[in-house]
Amino acid sequence: MGALFRGSLGRLLAWSAPVVVLLLLVPLAGNPYQTQLLTYGLIFAIAALGFNLLLGYTGLLSFGHSAYFGLGAYSAAFMVRYLGVGNMELYLLGGVLMTALVSAAFGYICVRHTKIFFAILALALSQVLWTLAYKFFWVTGGTDGIRVPFSKMTLLAGLLDFAGSGGYQKFVFAYYYYVLFLFCLCTLLMWVIVHSPFGKALQAIRDNETRAQFLGVRVRQYRWLAFLISGTFTGLAGTLWVPLNGLVTPDILYWPFSGELVFMTVLGGFRNFTGPIIGAIAFNYLKAYAVATTQYWQFLLGFVLVVLVMAMPLGIVGALARLKAKLRPKPEAEKAEEAAQ
Amino acid sequence: MTLLQTVKLRKHFGDTKAVDDVDFVVTKGEFLSLVGSNGAGKTTLVNLISAFLRPDSGQILFDGADITHASVAERLRAGIARSFQLVNVFDDMTAFDNISLSIFSREGKTLHITALAERDEEVQREADDILQQFGLKAKRDVAVRGLAQGERKLLDVAIAYALRPRLLFLDEPTSGVSTRNKSQIMDIISSVVRAGNVTAVVIEHDMDVVFKYSDRIVAMHEGAVIGDGTPDEIRRNEAVRANLLGGSLPG
Amino acid sequence: MDILIIQILNSIFYASILFLIAAGLSLIYGVMRIVNLAHGSFFAFGAYVTAWTIGTLAAGAPVTLQFLLLPAGAIAVAAVGAAIEPTLLRPLYSRPEEAQLLITFALLLILEDVMHFLFGGIPLTAGAIMDATGIMRVMGLVYPVYNLLVIVIGVAAALFLWYFVYRTKFGIILRATSQNMRMASALGLNVKKVYVQAFAIGCFMAGLGGAIVVPAQAAQLGMGIEALVLAFVVVVIGGLGSLEGALIGALLVSFVRTAGIQFFPEVELAVLYLIAAVVLVIRPTGLFGKPA
Repeated sequence: MGALFRGSLGRLLAWSAPVVVLLLLVPLAGNPYQTQLLTYGLIFAIAALGFNLLLGYTGLLSFGHSAYFGLGAYSAAFMVRYLGVGNMELYLLGGVLMTALVSAAFGYICVRHTKIFFAILALALSQVLWTLAYKFFWVTGGTDGIRVPFSKMTLLAGLLDFAGSGGYQKFVFAYYYYVLFLFCLCTLLMWVIVHSPFGKALQAIRDNETRAQFLGVRVRQYRWLAFLISGTFTGLAGTLWVPLNGLVTPDILYWPFSGELVFMTVLGGFRNFTGPIIGAIAFNYLKAYAVATTQYWQFLLGFVLVVLVMAMPLGIVGALARLKAKLRPKPEAEKAEEAAQ
Repeated sequence: MTLLQTVKLRKHFGDTKAVDDVDFVVTKGEFLSLVGSNGAGKTTLVNLISAFLRPDSGQILFDGADITHASVAERLRAGIARSFQLVNVFDDMTAFDNISLSIFSREGKTLHITALAERDEEVQREADDILQQFGLKAKRDVAVRGLAQGERKLLDVAIAYALRPRLLFLDEPTSGVSTRNKSQIMDIISSVVRAGNVTAVVIEHDMDVVFKYSDRIVAMHEGAVIGDGTPDEIRRNEAVRANLLGGSLPG
Repeated sequence: MDILIIQILNSIFYASILFLIAAGLSLIYGVMRIVNLAHGSFFAFGAYVTAWTIGTLAAGAPVTLQFLLLPAGAIAVAAVGAAIEPTLLRPLYSRPEEAQLLITFALLLILEDVMHFLFGGIPLTAGAIMDATGIMRVMGLVYPVYNLLVIVIGVAAALFLWYFVYRTKFGIILRATSQNMRMASALGLNVKKVYVQAFAIGCFMAGLGGAIVVPAQAAQLGMGIEALVLAFVVVVIGGLGSLEGALIGALLVSFVRTAGIQFFPEVELAVLYLIAAVVLVIRPTGLFGKPA
């Protein structure tokens, strides 16, 4: 048992434990609005984690990830509308399957290209989904969307339901822990993936595609796998999002939302593991604040992004890491080496 | 015992005869230097053998098998690896990760998605061992981007070496490195390669280095082989002296 | 048959606008290797400025004056572009492309709200010009003269651009810089100046597209975001960096869109994106594209 916790996994569990404890306390200390807000933050954190597998670890910037988030949401919504399903676990199953399928297909098309063409192609494909959601209104509800009411939902295979009075508070409270649990699970899973031999191979492809090929790594196949995993994580987040939002509309598939996913990840810092998590939660608060403060919240967000790109390219986590490095007293050997170089 | 053989291998780029019907042989276990002035065809020859380029005509035989149309992956599996003249390493990963990736790839473990890389003790040990042999142990956990040029060149070779190839091509492993470091680097490379029983072909410009370390030298000029023999034989070779040594005889 | 002619004219009208936007996008990419995510927003800005200038500022003025004020949007956008390149883009040239994509996305967000702030939430029109130019008979059918005018402008723009890029000294400089920036710099060309000029010209074209579309179609929020994706589809099909590609792509996209709206309205956009995907699979750099 002790062997399980040595090395980097042990370190992960060590510093995340107090964080998780704090997170566990939030609904008890705050009000339903705060709880709900943080739930959204955790959901977007899962999406950003998935997104960053492609960006930070494989070096592929996709401007089309709204497709998977939206697909995850619509899958649950379709299950409500056409199958009368209220079971959250079934939503998750459906969402994951659907997004896995579509990201496999879209990924196959996209990974034949890199850089700009990859980004644009991903965007174009996500727009296909948006168009379908928008135009086939008799299937998707069009701009009115489809409702996913919490009062008709159950969690934990039917154990918890939210009908009747007080259902909303109960839902917000229970759903927070549900999402938190899945968030921890997803974080752990992604941690293992990026620290696995596969994760190392992805980083090698990111850093030097040619050399990776000359080491026998099948570049295109691995990029496709990364795309698949990335899309599925984001799709899972989308499925988690829709019961909380209560409604899904084509907006969630529209390409500027993909831009928000990129923004979140870059805000936190795409060069390390926790960056996307911090970025997603921070962005969520930032946007909530902006929307509440001014009708020109896009301007505010745009301005923040400009500052971010110009002054803080490594994001929040990167900036904190650099600060920490500056404050830490340097061992003599390191100082001598730096002087020599 | 012949390990590699090319038969009338040809690669032309328009009017330029980069590799012109070359018959090139590498014997198992030897340390061979491939020399020639710029544009002689050395790198093109290596590119053809390592599947970086496709030949126009001719054959490549490795250990008897025809690999002329084999892919990069197939040649790697057969046992051919190479390093690069312009350093081709994984800049944002540690030196340790660079080497261990090579090993993971060789062992076919790169699709292991749910196993932590650091938990594979065998791979860890071997990677540390190779780093030690190449004198890079101290830089194990440093991001490669921050290494000095000489260290990067060594790492480039080490990554290829970690594939445990039977035949290793080294493209100018000491280029861009100061004279003092050149022999240090070549000392390390030749001792590791010989200790590992790896047949090596080194493209090299520095004739001092070439004469000091090679069992055999193959000299090329304008796409053709103009000399092939031991250092002494090459020293006596008129054509080589005229085209490469400029009359002076190193050591 | 009659409807076919109208549809063909509509397609060419639409293609003229698309060509201007896409050619601008392609020009900027070709010279500077930047993909400007705010390009659609520049189109929208041009539309808004022209609509406001003609429809609000010069409302009631003689039509001839309004006509002269038409390019106001294009000029305004060019000025904005010329201000943005040195401040927001130049510092990022040494950074990986993701940084440029992000900052142009930020620009998009900023511009959307700038337009909202300056021009309000209601669509702005400049319909007076459309009314004034009236209609004419084309093969027994009526068709707005203004639309034909736009087609003429589109064709003229294409010809002018071709001449400009391939026949003038500045065009040679542009092409040299786009092919080899370092070499151009080593030869003494002021690359900074070329870049800001190229960016301004690209923006001018997007703004011009917006300016000339506005008498026919109102300027409204969100038009830029929609336009950008279509422009992307055009350059993906035609090839990033290629003028001919922008032209062919614009025509193709336009015709498919018009046919789609007529016959299969639900899937008209989806078909476009799928065509783009297919083209990319067959020819990764687009029909006429340059390698990345």
